[in-house]
Amino acid sequence: MQKKENNTVFKASWTYDEAPESIDHIQLNEIYNLYIDGEFVKPAKGVYFDTFNPANNEKIASIAEASDEDVDLAVKAARKAFTSWSKLPGKVRGKYIYRIARLIQERSREFAVIESLDGGKPIRESRDIDIPLVANHFFYYAGWADKLEYAFPNRTAKPLGVVGQIIPWNFPLLMAAWKLAPALATGNTVVLKPAETTSLTALKLAEIIHESGLPKGVVNIVTGAGKTGATIVNHPDVNKIAFTGSTGVGKYIQKATAATNKRLTLELGGKGANIIFEDAAIDQAVEGIINAIFFNQGHVCCAGSRLFIQESVADLVIQKLKNRMETLIVGNPLDKNTDIGAINSKKQLQKIEKYIEIGINEGGDIYQSKCKLPKNGNWCAPTLFLNVSQSHRIVQEEIFGPVLAVQTFRTIEEVIEKANNTPYGLSAGVWTEKGSKIFHLTQKLKAGVIWGNTFNKFDAASPFGGYKESGFGREGGLHGLKPYVKFD
Amino acid sequence: MNRLDIHKTYKLYIGGKFPRTESGRYYVVNNKKGNLIANMCLASRKDFRNAVVIARKAQTSWESVSALNKGQILYRIAEILEGRKEQFVTELITEGETKKNAQKEVEIAIDRLVYYAGWSDKYQQFFSTVNPVSSSHFNFSNLEPVGVVSIIAPENQSLLGLVSVIAPAIVGGNTVIVLASENKPLTAISFAEVLNSSDVPGGVVNILTGNKNELTSHMASHMDVNAIVYCGKDEKIIKEISELASNNVKRTIFYKKSDWENELCESPYFIEKNQEVKTTWHPTKI
Repeated sequence: MQKKENNTVFKASWTYDEAPESIDHIQLNEIYNLYIDGEFVKPAKGVYFDTFNPANNEKIASIAEASDEDVDLAVKAARKAFTSWSKLPGKVRGKYIYRIARLIQERSREFAVIESLDGGKPIRESRDIDIPLVANHFFYYAGWADKLEYAFPNRTAKPLGVVGQIIPWNFPLLMAAWKLAPALATGNTVVLKPAETTSLTALKLAEIIHESGLPKGVVNIVTGAGKTGATIVNHPDVNKIAFTGSTGVGKYIQKATAATNKRLTLELGGKGANIIFEDAAIDQAVEGIINAIFFNQGHVCCAGSRLFIQESVADLVIQKLKNRMETLIVGNPLDKNTDIGAINSKKQLQKIEKYIEIGINEGGDIYQSKCKLPKNGNWCAPTLFLNVSQSHRIVQEEIFGPVLAVQTFRTIEEVIEKANNTPYGLSAGVWTEKGSKIFHLTQKLKAGVIWGNTFNKFDAASPFGGYKESGFGREGGLHGLKPYVKFD
Repeated sequence: MNRLDIHKTYKLYIGGKFPRTESGRYYVVNNKKGNLIANMCLASRKDFRNAVVIARKAQTSWESVSALNKGQILYRIAEILEGRKEQFVTELITEGETKKNAQKEVEIAIDRLVYYAGWSDKYQQFFSTVNPVSSSHFNFSNLEPVGVVSIIAPENQSLLGLVSVIAPAIVGGNTVIVLASENKPLTAISFAEVLNSSDVPGGVVNILTGNKNELTSHMASHMDVNAIVYCGKDEKIIKEISELASNNVKRTIFYKKSDWENELCESPYFIEKNQEVKTTWHPTKI
């Protein structure tokens, strides 16, 4: 564990003592199997892969790799369960979902610790953000189950059938909740695949689902990498695919499901613009910039990874930003002081390092926080690039790491043009104390989620999803029901 | 002596103007007896691409037109169409409809425009939400147009089908490039004349005539088109569109219905299909 040394801002020489979260109460198995038809079953081919703690690259457990045969069993179980599950009164379906929400609340600390252990995110985030949002999401959609006739006036909503859900590694359990809760509330059955580097909390969720007494086959959880995902996507008896992940894979899925009658929702990449006007509350804006790009190590599809500062305050904001970056604590995800945890995998770290190299080679001025990084594990210091322009790859492409590209602007028209000049359209942020300017910008920015004087806020009641190549369909809120129903 | 008729030249409708296709090509539309009805422009890929550039430019300002005003413009289209009812009935009969059906089709088309004119300043209220988030934020979701939309209009009911897909797209602030019914294209171009005299800004609706097989792939693959609407049942075309749409994660909307007359063919959900949901957050704590 690294201790914070002097920093240039406060001119104080305090250090933080380690404050690690206890892991004594965590129950983890050495081997995790697939959850199919209400049972934990060994994979047909007997193949397992390892999951590592990205903070030290030590193995945590072995995870079953689902083959075509396993996926087929899961789909069959889901198909069989659909007949009775879809006919259950909404009130009963809702009660099961409420049960799941409560069980998660009861075991929230355990989930938070495992999430940080397996995925590398700071315990403060998994404990205060991820897991509470998971429980809230199930709570929110549980209440919809018997009220669907109010969600779609003049139409009768019916479930789609078997839903294949493929989720990413950046918010493992939260993404499982985003997918499962609305699917179950609307009467669908599910085959869910977590990302291969972060399967543990989904499998712990399978334990909770089992405890809740949810009828067997309603939720099936199969683990594995891209190949397992592709099998779900291409399975002929799946009625819908819900995918969260990269735009590249999203396009592949859109193509693969062409003319199959499979419904599709995609929540893909982003390159969010975060815009700071000269009349912003500067200190708050600087905190907002930090939260926009360094939250969850920048492994956030809606991260504010493109910063636009109005020229007149650029020097001031950049200096404050650098100072604030120096105070960020990078280290043990399980330490309660930690601001930035471990990069989720070696592969992702290599990708981020490659982009940093590209940024330097393309002539960007790099600034990295001078923090000490732990020796073992996957780490990346908070990084920003100055002197970059729209054509730079680090401005155009999603890095999915703690790397910020900074540009300046003079006029409102200029910054709107620049902010919208990207194939993505997931998120954007605007910082100004002038109300009309906020609303002008929030109307003009082409993105599905706009944060005014805040950033990276999420809620079960709040629809989330992108424009353009950031995908289609919404998750959360009333609008999150629609992708899981059809009308007569 | 009988008066010699003046035959009408049908051209494309792009950016509020009526150009011939840049390709100089044409195709022949005959009636059931095999007699020539018209030589239609055989629009090219370049015509389509030009129309996209114009539709993109027009989109931002059309989106900013007030909802009330958009509604009035749609109502104006209905008024002008009502006034030229007989012409459209005649054209539909020329293309092979019975008089009774042609009259009915034109009347429903007019009424459908009035229907969507009325939704203009209401659908937002129907689909938008204020979201009760747990933190101290004011949070709301509203609809915004998806942007530029390619539309492959229904082959039959060439006027009613066309109106039924154009109206919900433009009332929601989108601009469109429409490929008219290939075998019954007359009313589409005459409808362009109605649009052109109805306060619809140039570039909001662009109408091409031509060959589906030739243009579909371009309409589905263009990187600056946000959504594509296909009216028809051809599974091969649906597959082609879906695959090409993935190039830029284009939204695909398929209408497999063949009858656009009944009331299920008009609803605010048709508007919603061409919309994005935007969610906005702002702190409420001071």
